[in-house]
Amino acid sequence: MGRNPAYAGQMVGDQRINYMERKDKNISAMSTPAIGEAGLTGDWRDMKPVIDHSKCIPSVKKKPACYLCWLYCPEGVIKVSIPVEIDMDYCKGCGICAEECPAKAITMVNEEG
Amino acid sequence: MSEVQIMTGNTAAALAAKLCRVQVVAAYPITPQTSITEMLSQYIESGALKAEYVRVESEHSALTVCISASSVGARAFTSTSSHGLLYMHEQLHWAAGSRLPIVMCCVNRGVGAPWSIFNDQQDSVSQRDTGWLQIYCRDNQEIIDTVIQSYRIAEEIYAPIMVCYDGFVLSHTMMPVDIPDAELVHSFLPPYKPHTILSAASPRNINPVLFPGTRRNSEGILCDGYMEMRYKLQDALERSRDLIAAVGMQYFKLTGRDYSEPLWRYKTDDAEVLLTGMGSIATESTVAADMLREQGIKAGVVGVRIYRPFPRKAIPKALENARAVFVLEKDISYGYEGALCSDIKAALYGTGINAPLHNFIAGLGGRDVKAREIAEAVRTSLAEMKNKKPQNKTIWINCRK
Repeated sequence: MGRNPAYAGQMVGDQRINYMERKDKNISAMSTPAIGEAGLTGDWRDMKPVIDHSKCIPSVKKKPACYLCWLYCPEGVIKVSIPVEIDMDYCKGCGICAEECPAKAITMVNEEG
Repeated sequence: MSEVQIMTGNTAAALAAKLCRVQVVAAYPITPQTSITEMLSQYIESGALKAEYVRVESEHSALTVCISASSVGARAFTSTSSHGLLYMHEQLHWAAGSRLPIVMCCVNRGVGAPWSIFNDQQDSVSQRDTGWLQIYCRDNQEIIDTVIQSYRIAEEIYAPIMVCYDGFVLSHTMMPVDIPDAELVHSFLPPYKPHTILSAASPRNINPVLFPGTRRNSEGILCDGYMEMRYKLQDALERSRDLIAAVGMQYFKLTGRDYSEPLWRYKTDDAEVLLTGMGSIATESTVAADMLREQGIKAGVVGVRIYRPFPRKAIPKALENARAVFVLEKDISYGYEGALCSDIKAALYGTGINAPLHNFIAGLGGRDVKAREIAEAVRTSLAEMKNKKPQNKTIWINCRK
């Protein structure tokens, strides 16, 4: 896209209009609603959450996961699994999970480098 | 066959939009633009124009409707003046940044405070840097021809165009206008094809937040960042000059009226003194040039039709043989000088053209500009040049100081 095909190669007098000969799929800013569309936003992080699963509160079938971290995570990067996992490709390191965890199982530690 | 009718500038603009078969019209009434949209609403109601007329509560919404319509592939038209244009300011950037070929008539009017409904060009000149192309018309024939060509240009480069003409001086003054045949316009102007086809099958976010850097999207394709999008818009406007010339030449072949140049000239071949300006003040200057010639001063006029993209090469070429240049304009960049004057000076930089350049500010808020006064001001400045008085100053014509 990026040029009106109706004009392609049209002759105007002795001149051929080839104004937009460069193909441009991104003439205006667009994105698709898909995971990772904005890139790996985990690289915004300067502190990362580290979970001590031994402190997790058993809630479902007495297995260690209350899922409050999953509930509060504004980025939706915490997986409902046992034990819970955080997708570090997209976790921005906001620390809300650590703040909300009633068992203090999550601590924020500095990213190295 | 074309037909000549006597009409106002606003009728010419409305007729042009009808000939271009615009599909969506959204506008809000403001003097002196209102009669354009009144006419368009009549065309639509009578069925003479198959289009959607969207009534809105403000100019900001009017342009927003046009942006939405243009995004989904409709040819959109709006028109406004003065405070209406300024109320659109945010959406002017949005239309250009979205690369939408909207055409808008700006019927030039002074800006408050204090209130004025009368003509000057402060409104559109103050919106110079919004990414729109700006074309200034000198008479009603140019209004109809420019609107038609504007859709052709805009839909090729994917950038919006503001067709500017002086309020009342042109908008409400009747002149003979040669109306191009509807079929001729139809063949000149193919249907609008949006740059992005939106469909439910492949959903898109339009204009998402772009971060300072470039990014790889979910498919791993490297996408432009904000700065690249800005560069593309600038590049499109810079490269549009050739297209404007080619479209102007094509229009000439169809109608006999030549729009292949960004400037127009009047008695410039042997001219030693050149007057330059945009719109009706340049037209008025042709009468002043004739008066000056009667008095033995070889004067000519260079009218600036295309203001953005600025004719950076055509300007030095047009002014190269002048002994003195007078830039007449109906706007002021407060604290400096007229905006056109600054732009012309910038275009002359490094070309070796060092003719004295005088800036005349005239006709603000509809103050009458008589050809006699222009000629007199030119004569006074030329006499000062001989007496080696300071040059390159801004002179306000017909203003009590």
